[in-house]
Amino acid sequence: MTPTIADDAQYWDTSPHHHEEGASTTIGFWIYLMSDCLMFAVLFAVFGVLGQSYAAGPGPQALFELHLVAINTAFLLLSSLTFGFAMLSTVAGRQDRAMLWLGATLVLGLAFLAVEIYEFQHLIHLGAGPQRSAFLSSFFALVGTHGLHVAFGCLWLGTLMIQIRKHGLTGANIRRMTCLSMFWHFLDVIWIGVFTFVYLLGMI
Amino acid sequence: MADTAHAKTAAHVHHPDGHDHGTYRSYAIGFILSVILTAIPFGLVMMGGLESRLLTAGIVIGSAAIQVLVHMVYFLHMNGRSDEGWTMMALIFTVVVVVIILAGSLWVMHNMNANMMPQMNHDGMPQLSGFGT
Repeated sequence: MTPTIADDAQYWDTSPHHHEEGASTTIGFWIYLMSDCLMFAVLFAVFGVLGQSYAAGPGPQALFELHLVAINTAFLLLSSLTFGFAMLSTVAGRQDRAMLWLGATLVLGLAFLAVEIYEFQHLIHLGAGPQRSAFLSSFFALVGTHGLHVAFGCLWLGTLMIQIRKHGLTGANIRRMTCLSMFWHFLDVIWIGVFTFVYLLGMI
Repeated sequence: MADTAHAKTAAHVHHPDGHDHGTYRSYAIGFILSVILTAIPFGLVMMGGLESRLLTAGIVIGSAAIQVLVHMVYFLHMNGRSDEGWTMMALIFTVVVVVIILAGSLWVMHNMNANMMPQMNHDGMPQLSGFGT
């Protein structure tokens, strides 16, 4: 019963559902993103339940600075656009241009992180750290988790750029970039929820 | 080296898995729509909002919902065809679960808060008058 190598090869060749290598990577990565989405849904639910338990501490209106949030939103939205352009340059086979757009995306991602770290540090300095109230605990958990995702996205982006520099736009690298682009756009979608439900609705 | 890489990828890239990569035009449209749908709620809230808080909140949430759809279509290239429709199936399943998680949590916890003894109500909690008093 043990299939020989020749049998194996024949099996793959004659299979009616033959896919080229990596063809199922994007759907697999999409399912990962959906599970990530469920995790964010739970964090949003926690914030929705605890977001008004100030424990006599400061509320959103005393803490949040909307222009910082607006700047961060602009950074993320622009980075989605630059990543899209990087994808298009890649599809066209223009490696130098793709690297340029990826570099721009990385800079925008790091700028987002810098503003967010400044904001967190400012809040903790004011005595409004995660231990102050249930509202602030759930705020730091939700926004911090999103920020961690962006941080790992930046790390991934950096390593991918090194890979592309070393090996060029190979099939594997394009597949990785496609996954990262889905990840990056997904984080931008989550950010829409964050700025709407955490910041804007808190300030009304 | 670059030439062989390009030749190799050109065959690969064009539609390796039926995945749509969009065009400069579609990204530009998505970006402009997103800017508009971000500027409306931010502008509204930064200028103090409308007289009706409910209407302001409605516009803010509505803009966000439309913007999520814009991102899905123009940035994530969602359609019913990629990966034989399984991408869309996974998305629909996730949306259903997310709605259950969010609505269920808020509903259950709101009821618990509303039915707590009055002196245990924290400041700022939504309060229902007439329950248990």
